[in-house]
Amino acid sequence: MPLTPPPTIESFYRFCAEKKLMGVICAKCKKVTVPPRVICSHCGNTDLSWTELPSRGRLVTYTVIHVAPPQFEAFAPYAIGVVEFAEGARLPGMVKNVKFENLKIGMELQTEFETRIPNEWPQWPRYSFREP
Amino acid sequence: MRRVFRRSDNLGRAQRSIIEPVKVMTKPLATIVSAGVSKFGARSGMYARELFVEAAQEAFERCPNLSPKKHIDGLFVGQMSESYEHQAHVAPMIADWVGLLPVPAFRTEAACASSGIAMRCAIFAIKSGMHDIVLVGGVEKMTNRPTSAATEYLGMASDFPFEQWHGVTFPGIFAMMATAHMAKYGTTEEQLAKVAVKNHENGVLNPKAHLQRKITVGDVLASRPVAWPLKLYDCSLISDGASCLVLTNPKLAKKFTDTPVHIVGSGHAQDTLGLFERDDITSMNATKLAAKDAYEMGKINAKDIDVAEVHDCFTIAEIMAYEALGFCKQGAGGKLIDDGVTNLGGKIPVNTSGGLKAKGHPVGATGTAQASEIYLQLTGQAGKRQVEGAEIGLTQNIGGSASTAVVQLYRRGD
Repeated sequence: MPLTPPPTIESFYRFCAEKKLMGVICAKCKKVTVPPRVICSHCGNTDLSWTELPSRGRLVTYTVIHVAPPQFEAFAPYAIGVVEFAEGARLPGMVKNVKFENLKIGMELQTEFETRIPNEWPQWPRYSFREP
Repeated sequence: MRRVFRRSDNLGRAQRSIIEPVKVMTKPLATIVSAGVSKFGARSGMYARELFVEAAQEAFERCPNLSPKKHIDGLFVGQMSESYEHQAHVAPMIADWVGLLPVPAFRTEAACASSGIAMRCAIFAIKSGMHDIVLVGGVEKMTNRPTSAATEYLGMASDFPFEQWHGVTFPGIFAMMATAHMAKYGTTEEQLAKVAVKNHENGVLNPKAHLQRKITVGDVLASRPVAWPLKLYDCSLISDGASCLVLTNPKLAKKFTDTPVHIVGSGHAQDTLGLFERDDITSMNATKLAAKDAYEMGKINAKDIDVAEVHDCFTIAEIMAYEALGFCKQGAGGKLIDDGVTNLGGKIPVNTSGGLKAKGHPVGATGTAQASEIYLQLTGQAGKRQVEGAEIGLTQNIGGSASTAVVQLYRRGD
């Protein structure tokens, strides 16, 4: 049965607009894949269903960006981290409102969502991470 | 033991599995008979095609028995981005400028491994027998644009919807590898700095290098932060440049040179495009797999390597390359640089050319520039940076966040 909505990047960001991080869970290996897609990135199975990631995860690694691309220059310096959620799924994003010296691998972070949706492609509302 | 099936077995996959496999001998995959590299640097007024001609002319001059137009029957060119010169479809353009029309020409792209995979394609062409002598190289023109634009174009090799969209930069990706590596293995910023210091020392001895200037650990640590823990001097250079090799089969090679360099092992593997999708951020899995294939194919161990060129796009990448290539155990890369093992004069000199850090990193040119350095080393033409008696060499070329990895092994021919 094809999933509704389809497991696409566009669907992922539509869920972000509803303040949800959504991945797909594999019926065979039980692992979660984000970004969502048709083929399980862990075992290649195609029997997948939507699953919501927990709102909290742990910081796997991080950096502080000082030299930023033009569209992010106003934010620099800013922290970027990779966050792992309970199911093993990982996502990168900005870590906001944490002093750089307090960043620590393993720290708990919570997802928050931007509500503004850009007018032109890509119309993807951003998520970010902060301390709970 | 790597095994393949006889080429004459023109059978489907299901049938092949019941056929007795045969051992692969260490017969060369292909043979380098010449190599050329343009001067790397900010080559104001020189465009990609002109830089490639500069590299090709050096390769042609080094091989007087070669009549390029008469002998060369294929061209492979690695190039990452159309954006710098607003120029796509570069293969016919390069073929025309080097005077090889109408040979079939291919452009390959794998970010910073673009010419590494061009070499793979050239090896397939030679090994299959469909081509006899090919020119394989790479080129990138980068300094005609502001640094911010070059950084943006390079950043396109990371995942757009999840990395670029959230403000992750390319230095940021390698910085995240460094943070994780430092936390897990105790690797220090000083150890990262030592990679830059070593490669700058080597660059002083390479007249083709973008920078010929020594730096100190203090200089690296005091340079401005780009993406913590990486600072400006932890990053490779934005450069213009081109490089190429003349590749043929081992039999024909004898007609062109008395000092052939054989490619005896070749491996190529992929990892996820996005760094975040990997289970282990502290190791380069694609490099490990590519190296395993190359070592098995060439019947060569890491301890046999006399000289290596590895992909030091950022200092942490060289440390992680040591580990993935088996020069040391996982996590011991920092100690290897501390112990001077990879210095010129050490047990495994790495990046004698100056590496991407000092020689420069015109991304499309890097893979075949590494091979060119090994060619010079194994034929005794490396001048002041010559590793005495070098017989076996290795190159490791990665693309993006090490999503593409190509490892090649070389043996001096006699």
